Amino acid sequence: MSSNNYKLLQKKKKEVLELWMKNQLADEGLREDLISNDELRSQSEELIEALIGNLSSNSVEDINSDEWSPVIEILGGIAITRARQGFSPRETGNFVFSLKEALIEVLQKELKNDIQALFSETLKIGRIMDNLSVVTFETFIKGREEVILRQTDEITDISTPVIRVWDGILALPIIGTLDSARTQVVMENLLQEIVETGSSIAILDISGVPAVDSLVAQHLIKTVSATRLMGAECIISGIRPEIAQTVVHLGIDLSNIITKSSLASALAYAFKVMRLEVRKVNAVQKSNLL
Amino acid sequence: MDRIPILRMGNFLLVTIQVDLYDRLALTLEADLVQMVKKTNAKGVLIDISAVSIVDSFMGRIIGNIASMSKILDSETVVVGMQPAVAITLIELGLPLKGVHTALDVEKGMLLLKSMIDENVDDADLDEQDDAFAE
Amino acid sequence: MLSLSKETIKVLKEQDVVLLRNRVKEVAVKIKMGLVNQTRLITAASELLRNMLRYANGGNCIVEIVSSGRNNGVRLTFIDKGPGIPDIALAMKDGYSTGKSLGLGLPGTKRLVNEFDIKSKVGEGTTVTIIKWANG
Repeated sequence: MSSNNYKLLQKKKKEVLELWMKNQLADEGLREDLISNDELRSQSEELIEALIGNLSSNSVEDINSDEWSPVIEILGGIAITRARQGFSPRETGNFVFSLKEALIEVLQKELKNDIQALFSETLKIGRIMDNLSVVTFETFIKGREEVILRQTDEITDISTPVIRVWDGILALPIIGTLDSARTQVVMENLLQEIVETGSSIAILDISGVPAVDSLVAQHLIKTVSATRLMGAECIISGIRPEIAQTVVHLGIDLSNIITKSSLASALAYAFKVMRLEVRKVNAVQKSNLL
Repeated sequence: MDRIPILRMGNFLLVTIQVDLYDRLALTLEADLVQMVKKTNAKGVLIDISAVSIVDSFMGRIIGNIASMSKILDSETVVVGMQPAVAITLIELGLPLKGVHTALDVEKGMLLLKSMIDENVDDADLDEQDDAFAE
Repeated sequence: MLSLSKETIKVLKEQDVVLLRNRVKEVAVKIKMGLVNQTRLITAASELLRNMLRYANGGNCIVEIVSSGRNNGVRLTFIDKGPGIPDIALAMKDGYSTGKSLGLGLPGTKRLVNEFDIKSKVGEGTTVTIIKWANG
């Protein structure tokens, strides 16, 4: 950018800001519920300060150069905060786009007698702002991904309770989709609990698992095998008819695994193996006991 | 040279591995154990690996060997106390230790051995095997 | 990927394996790797060291802590000047082995880590690189 025009923008900084703020406040997508106008103004001011300060530099065209990193840092910070606050991509994008419009509008006013210069400067501003929009979106998406990852971790942590149903019998109801990461946590929790309680039978109930594909089946087989290596037995229960159908259609071999249709029948099997018996107490006998 | 001690308990031999095995130590154990099985006419071998944090394919093979060799000498092998992390790693490595019996701890391993030997000899004393269940 | 620390350990005899295992464990603990992942990593290292000792009479192992922004991990590079592997695709198949092992060295090892890379030239040697992320 020619030094004259740069100085011009430097001088008109205030005007650009006002124009930009006007654009932003007039936008239908303004989210006063998420960000106060004052905060929006200070964010905008900070960005303009950094941006216009940078327009004089030699590497104005190269967004990857070091000189741009303060601007990108500010913009990245804003984008990440917005992703976390729940701004939509359009709302975040408009933040940058409306700055571009404000800059061009000011240039237009100042250079209306020099069409040639106006054109080339507009082009330059356009290019810089486009690059900055890309950066904004990249960071915005990264912010969103972080939110998702954190939530995934939380879900994994809360959704794998190991229940001690009987002395020596553990049950682990799995609810929701089983992916590799989840199986990992389930398996580790289950095996650890087996050691801690000295339980010789573990029941893995999958009635809350929506679908079993070959990958999930593999994970289940892995868990059962690892349990066996430790010297305990693992029963899989809660297999719905649809799941039995898919498993056979996919050609998955579960013949080495003890499977039961319900948690109740798995428990009954576990009792049998441990030579326990659950009986109904006869009413007459009971009254005799008292 | 280091050696892993082998304890005799009635009909059984008990080995507790307390150190990280390196190859020669494991090979010596294999040889010693098979000799002991023959000498004492042991009916069962109990290997406690609860203190072992790493079992790689070589170690796995040694354990498998001990089981197969003892079997030929008419003795059953039970591996007890495998750590969860070790179990998971062995499965992922592709080493399910087929043919090796396992139990959670020494006590349960003893019961399992007893039940296996009883099955081989006669059907007496079934009541004592509460926790044990043969595969 | 950023390398945060780096050291080279020579492995020439069986006892070095135990030494290296301990070193890898220390590094893994330092980046707060979970116990199961530690075990996977050390077992994988153990398998590769064994290969190196058996086929190439030893070599060097580089132990590094690496970072990819969100996640830290341990990178191990095993370099030997052994005979090399003529057919890597075949060596990576389950159940294949030229030595007296079970033949699950390489493919089994690959299943234990997050990243696995092998380069080999017949007559010059083999380099295997593995990475295990702290939470991966």
